[in-house]
Amino acid sequence: MLYALIPFLPLFSFLVVGIGEQWIKDRAHLVAVPAMAGSFLLSLMALHDVATGQAINVPLYTWLTSGTLDIHIGISIDRLTAVMLILVTTVSTLVHIYTIGYMHGEPGYARFFAYIALFTFSMLMLVMADNLLQLFVFWEAVGLCSYLLIGHWYDRASACAAATKAFLVNRVGDFGFILGLFLVWYSFGSLDYAAVFAQAGQLASKTTNLLGPFGGTWDVSVMTMICLLLFIGAIGKSAQVPLHVWLPDAMEGPTPISALIHAATMVTAGVFMVARLAPLYNLSPTAMTVVALVGALTMMLGATIALTQTDIKRVVAYSTMSQLGYMVMACGLGAYSAGMYHLLTHGAFKALLFLGCGSVIIALHHEQDMRRMGGLKDKLPVTYWTFLVGSLALAGFPLTAGFFSKDDLLVSSWSAGPLGQVLTMCGLITAGLTAFYSFRLVFVTFWGKSRVDPHHAGHVHEPSTTMTAPLMVLAVLSIVAGYLGIPTFLEPVFHGEGAGAHHEGSAALVIMALATLMGLTGIGTAYYLYVLNPGLPDRLAQQWRAAYELSLHKWYIDEAYDRSFVRPTLSAAQGLWKHVDVAIIDGAVNGVARAIAWGGWLIRLTQSGQTQHYALGMTLGAVVILTVYLLL
Amino acid sequence: MDHIFFFYFAAVIATTSVLVVALRNPVYSALALLIMFFHVAGLYVTLHAEFLAAVQIVVYAGAILVLYLFVVMLLSIKSEERYHNQLPVAGLLGVMLCTEVILLLIQSRTATSAQAIPADAVTGAGNTEMVGEALYSTYLFPFEVASLILLVAMIGAIILAKKDLNEHVQQ
Amino acid sequence: MTVPLSYYLVLSGFVFLTGVVGVLIRRNIIVILLSVELMLNATNINFVAFSEYFHNVAGQVFVFFALTVAAAEVAVGLAIIIALHRTNSSIYIDDLNLLKR
Repeated sequence: MLYALIPFLPLFSFLVVGIGEQWIKDRAHLVAVPAMAGSFLLSLMALHDVATGQAINVPLYTWLTSGTLDIHIGISIDRLTAVMLILVTTVSTLVHIYTIGYMHGEPGYARFFAYIALFTFSMLMLVMADNLLQLFVFWEAVGLCSYLLIGHWYDRASACAAATKAFLVNRVGDFGFILGLFLVWYSFGSLDYAAVFAQAGQLASKTTNLLGPFGGTWDVSVMTMICLLLFIGAIGKSAQVPLHVWLPDAMEGPTPISALIHAATMVTAGVFMVARLAPLYNLSPTAMTVVALVGALTMMLGATIALTQTDIKRVVAYSTMSQLGYMVMACGLGAYSAGMYHLLTHGAFKALLFLGCGSVIIALHHEQDMRRMGGLKDKLPVTYWTFLVGSLALAGFPLTAGFFSKDDLLVSSWSAGPLGQVLTMCGLITAGLTAFYSFRLVFVTFWGKSRVDPHHAGHVHEPSTTMTAPLMVLAVLSIVAGYLGIPTFLEPVFHGEGAGAHHEGSAALVIMALATLMGLTGIGTAYYLYVLNPGLPDRLAQQWRAAYELSLHKWYIDEAYDRSFVRPTLSAAQGLWKHVDVAIIDGAVNGVARAIAWGGWLIRLTQSGQTQHYALGMTLGAVVILTVYLLL
Repeated sequence: MDHIFFFYFAAVIATTSVLVVALRNPVYSALALLIMFFHVAGLYVTLHAEFLAAVQIVVYAGAILVLYLFVVMLLSIKSEERYHNQLPVAGLLGVMLCTEVILLLIQSRTATSAQAIPADAVTGAGNTEMVGEALYSTYLFPFEVASLILLVAMIGAIILAKKDLNEHVQQ
Repeated sequence: MTVPLSYYLVLSGFVFLTGVVGVLIRRNIIVILLSVELMLNATNINFVAFSEYFHNVAGQVFVFFALTVAAAEVAVGLAIIIALHRTNSSIYIDDLNLLKR
C-alpha cells in the first residue's frame, strides 16, 4: 500500500496548490517539490523491491461492477513500470526544481505547479495501471494536462491555438484507442492486462468479417485490428506520422513543460503502451510491421525537418519526434527492451536539452531564434557544457548513454529479419542527420560570433542555481544511464522476445562502428559547415532550394492538413451555419412564429369585438347542425 | 271553438312579436310586447293554465315590461335610425331556421305520432292547487334556489345601478 | 276537437326565431333584451302546451322558474344598461367593442 503514495503525493500537491492557489502564490514549490521528491524516493524503493522480488499488485478501488464488466483501479508495478516510474519521477522532480527559477515571478506560478503535479499524478497512474481502462482514463488525463500547460500563457493567441491543436490531434488518436478498447472488451470480456494476456494466445488466429453487414467478405484478424486501433492512439500521443503535427506547436508552452511532457514522459506513453501490450502485438505480425514502418517514417521525417528549423525549441522538438520514431520502430521490430532502453536514456538527455534551451531562452529574455544567438559559450558555461553533453548523447557519441541505447536499438533491429535490416539502414542514415542537426544547434547557438540583440547582450548571464542544478544532474544521468544495464533488467518482462544486450557477433560490431561513424560524420559536417565555413549553409540552401524549402516548411504537412481537413471543416461549418442553421433551423423557428402571427391575424378578423357577430356565429352553427341533422 | 281562439291568439302573437323586432322606436316595441304578453296569457287560459296566465300578466306585463318602459324613458332613448348591418344575413338565417323547424316537425310527425295520453288524472283539483302542490313538494328545493336567485339579482341590480359606491363611502 | 300540439310548436318556433333575428339585427340593447323576452315566452308556450298534452304539471312549474329567471335577468340587465349609459352615453351595442381593443 505504501506504493499507492507514489501517485498520490503529486495528487496531494495538486490539490493543495490548486485549491489554495490564491493564497499559496509564490510558495507553491514548498509543497510541490517535497511531494515530488517523496514520490521519487518511493519509486526507488519500488524499483528495489521489483528488482529483488516479484511484481507488485495493489487493488485500490472498485469503480463499478455491471454484469461481467468489472472496472477497478489498481496499481501494478513490474520491471517495466518500475523504470518508467523512475523516469517520470526523476524528470518531474528536476523539472519542478527547474521551474522555481524559470517561472519565478510569473503570475501563473502556483497554477503551473498545480498542473505539473496533476500531470505527474496522471502519468504515474498511467504507467502503474493494471487494466486498459485505467490506462485510457489517465491517457486522457495527461492529454488534458498537456492542453492546460501548452496554453499556460492563455493570453497569447498562438499558445491557445497550439493547445487546441494538440488536443484535437490527440482526439483523433484517442478515437482509435477507444475503438481498440471496445474491441478488446468484446473479444476478451475483460480489460485487465492479466486476463487479456492469458487469453491472447487463443484469439491469435480468430478473424472477423469486416464487410459482413454489407454482404462482402473481408476477413481480418481480430488481434491485428486491436493492435492497430490501439496503435492509432499511440500515433497521436507519441507524435508519429501522420498525427505528429501537434508536437512542434506544443513548444508554445513554457520550456519546463516541453522538457517534462513533450520530450521525456507523456509522448513516450505511446511507446510504453506498445511495450506494455507486447504480448498482443507479438501475435500480430501485420500490426508489428505497420508499427515499425510508421516509426521509421517518423524517424526520417523528423530528422529531415530538424535540419533547417531556426527556432531552437523546434529543432529539439523535431528531434524528439525523430527519436520517438526510433523507439516505435524498435517496438515494431520486436525489440521492446531496446526501445524502452532508448526511451529512458532519451528521457534524460532530451529533458536536459530542453532545459538547456530554457536556460538560453531565459538568459536572452525569451529569444528563441537561433539566428539571433551565437557566442554564448563563454557567457553561459554551465548551460553550454551540459547542453554539449546532451547533444553528444543525442548524436550517439561513444560512451554516452545515447550511444549505448541507440546501438542496442539498431543492433536489435538488424537481427529482426529483412525488414529490420532495411529499417536499420534508415536508422543509420537518420543517426547521421541527428548528429548533424544537434551539433548545428550547438555551433550556431554557442559558438561563433554573437548575434544577440545588443540591448540584451550586456547582461546575459547564467541563470540561478535552481535552474543549473537540474541541468547538471541530467547531464550526469545522460552519461550514467548507459552503464546501468537497463536492457538486462527489462529482459524478463518481454520473455526474451526480440533482442537484448547479448547480440554478439560481427554484424553487431559492424553496425556499432557504422553508427559511430555516421554520428561522427554528422558532427564533422556540422563543424565544417557552421564553424569553418559559416557562409556555406546559405549557399547550399540556395543551390538545393526545393529540398531546403521542403524541410523548412515541414514537408508542407501542416499546409496539407489545413487544406484537406481544417478548411473544409471550417467551410462545412460555415455552410451548415449559414444554410442549415440560419436558413432551415432558424427559418423553421421564425417561420412557425410568423405562421402563428399570420394565423392569429387571420383569426382575429373574426373577433370583431361585436357581440352580435358572435351571436350570428352561434346561429349559423345552429343552422348548420340542423341542416346536417335533416340531411342525414 | 278551440281553433278559433288558437288562431286568433297565434296571429296576434306572431304579428306583435314581429313588430317588437321591427319597430324602431323602443317605446313602440315595448308596447307591442305588452300586447303579445296579454295574448300569451290568453293562450295559457285555453291550455288550462290559469295560474300561469295570471302570473304572466302580473309579472311580465305588470312588472317586467313596466321596468323596461321606465328605463327607456329614463334614458330618453331615441328611435334607432338603422338596423344592424348584418340584417340580410340574419334574416336569411332566420328564414332558414324557420323552414328547418317546420320540416323537422313534419318529419317527426310522420315518424312517431306522439298522441293520446289518456284522460287526466288530476282534473279534479284546480290548476292553481296542482301547481302549488308540485311547487312546494317535488320542486321545493329549486323553488328556494329561485328565490335566492331573485335575491342575488336584486342585490346585483342595486350595486350596478348605484352611481359610484366608493364615492359615497368616501364622502 | 283540440288544437294539435304541432300548431303550438310552429307558433313558438316562429316567435323564438323572431326573437333570434331581433337579437341579431337590433342595435339598441333594450330592444335586444325585449327580443330575449320574446324567446323566453316562446319556450314558455312550448312548456305549457306540452304540459297540457301530457297532463304533467312539471311543465307549468318550469314556466314558473323561467319567469323567475326572466325577472332576475331583467333586473340585472337593465342595471347594466344604466351603468353603461352612464359611462358610454350610448346603448348601441355596436359602439361597445372594447373586447377588440
